[in-house]
Amino acid sequence: MLETATRSKKSAAPKPAPHERFLEAFRWMLLARTLEEKLVSLYRGGLITGGVYVGRGQEAVSVACGLFLQKGDIFAPLIRDQAGRSAFGEPLLDVTRTYLGSRQGPMRGRDGNIHRGRPRNNQLAMISHLGAMVSVTVGALMAKRFHGEKNFVGLSCIGEGGMQTGSFHEGMNIAAIEQVPLVVVATNNHYAYSTPNDREFACHDLVDRAIGYGFEGYTVDGTDLTDCLDMIGSAVKRARAGRPPQLVVASVLRLSGHGEHDDASYVTDEIKRQPFARDCLKLAEQTIVDVNLLDAATLREWRKDAAAQVDQAISTAQKEAAPEADEEDWCAISTRDLVDPLE
Amino acid sequence: MSITYLEAIREAQAKLLRDDERVFIYGQDVGGTFGGAFKATKGLAKEFPGRVLNTPISEDAMIGTAIGAAMHGMRPIVEMQFADFSSTALNQILNNAGTHYWRTDVPVPITVRLPSGGTKGSGPFHSQSMESLYAHYPGLIVMTPATVEDAYSMLIEAVAIDDPVVYCEHKYLYYHLKAENLPTESLPTGKARIAREGRDLTIVTYSAMLHEALAVAEQLATEGFEIEVVDLRSVKPLDTNTVLASVARTGRLLCVGESFPWGGATAEIIARVTAEGFHLLDAAPQRLNAKDTPIPYHPNLWSAHRPNAKEIARKARALLRE
Repeated sequence: MLETATRSKKSAAPKPAPHERFLEAFRWMLLARTLEEKLVSLYRGGLITGGVYVGRGQEAVSVACGLFLQKGDIFAPLIRDQAGRSAFGEPLLDVTRTYLGSRQGPMRGRDGNIHRGRPRNNQLAMISHLGAMVSVTVGALMAKRFHGEKNFVGLSCIGEGGMQTGSFHEGMNIAAIEQVPLVVVATNNHYAYSTPNDREFACHDLVDRAIGYGFEGYTVDGTDLTDCLDMIGSAVKRARAGRPPQLVVASVLRLSGHGEHDDASYVTDEIKRQPFARDCLKLAEQTIVDVNLLDAATLREWRKDAAAQVDQAISTAQKEAAPEADEEDWCAISTRDLVDPLE
Repeated sequence: MSITYLEAIREAQAKLLRDDERVFIYGQDVGGTFGGAFKATKGLAKEFPGRVLNTPISEDAMIGTAIGAAMHGMRPIVEMQFADFSSTALNQILNNAGTHYWRTDVPVPITVRLPSGGTKGSGPFHSQSMESLYAHYPGLIVMTPATVEDAYSMLIEAVAIDDPVVYCEHKYLYYHLKAENLPTESLPTGKARIAREGRDLTIVTYSAMLHEALAVAEQLATEGFEIEVVDLRSVKPLDTNTVLASVARTGRLLCVGESFPWGGATAEIIARVTAEGFHLLDAAPQRLNAKDTPIPYHPNLWSAHRPNAKEIARKARALLRE
């Protein structure tokens, strides 16, 4: 495995990881894609308030982020991490309840779409201000160290857009100072909303920043599931073994708008022809067919199962009551006797 | 024995570290042999190894780290070197800590210590009072201790509270204010204190301005006026009942705060008293804040920028004549 920092691994033809893990990852990717396509159609039908933000094209990176984490590890997913969230253990109902505004969801109508999490289950709930969750992950890992726990890691996701914030910089620096077992996976999907890379950063390669922070840095072809599993899996392993914090920079194209309100008409044809613009899910499926990991009937069965799970989660959430303003306690602190007597 | 406001803050932290293994202190220069820019953590790093940690100049990451640790069972105390610098951590304090319980049902018990307020020669970036700004946002408790006793007991209470607390300690009081002993009991947070009883006018204030107000009350007593002085202790929650009860006794209200004048704690008090106790008022309520400019460096300008005893007395006399 790669041990030197800032090493680029270019794979011409995808090489399967151990079959079981590859297939497990593929299945989560398939579930995420199926779910998000359904969410998009609900949004277009006016059944989701707010926005829908999908991880289309980023599922291979994302699933690898969730797949190698164990019980007790900390996961700080971001906007395009449905596959990783599912692989980490987030129930589909958490997603559909949050998007559809069920009072039974983890956010109970108080927050929506991708701003969800279950901190008690170590899945942090992102805020919109990018970069902020890196240091929060560091703090969670420090708490574990204070408690005397062993054999844990944290994984915090970011995009190349979020990498340009001051908060991200401070978070990376403090992670290295505290020497916590952290993996930061940065997915360069080539656009911060509509802004292309050349107006986001001017360095040669984002992974070069790793050495400046005191991280070990690696790059990965985010369209290649095998590569993602290898590189992110290894990074998690190294962090768990006590190596310095790890930065993995993946290259993909966001195969959607920023949100579903955005037609992404600014994405140039030239970009769409680049190797990183390939669809990781299609490539993974091609590998499955080429190497004959699954027969066609099983693949069909898996698709059917994903669709059934999604339909079930949506139909359950749709039947549930929405939050009611007059039943809401309107209280932003947990210490009830310290609520300000404003009204 | 005599103990200063600053020593009380140090002693409270020592007690917290001693009594509660979940507590750690995180901030610039707090560790090592240095013990903080104002020495509020002097000696603590040695006494509690690994629990009083220096940080880089990264206010955002200091708070972010504290949030992560707090939601996983720790009770971090973050020392901002000056309250003014907490502006670069506003996002983490307001948008992350302040929203977390509401959004996720998991509270974030962090205590953020803000060395606040003006001292001579400190200028625009080492003098600010930010309690009104923090109180404006939901999800935070904002403490403004004015006495040595409160500096001690409220810091201990801040760490015990399950929600984020912004603890505004006043630098002007650090060395000047002394008490004989540390307190053994205290009012709970959220309860204001009648610092001086009176019947002609209520001055509601907090933090360092309490002492200016008490000096004015002393002075006006020689002119035959009895001024009641209310020390809010915390601006959020704001003890409206104690204020209203005082105004019911005096019929006149003057609010004094050191923060900037637009909006803020003093305006909030007047809004509440006017809405809920309009019938109690014999004259239009008044307020006095710092001027609406950055805080000046030169002592001649600085002493006129903040409310001072002379200005408070002038405003009080005008109100008493109405």
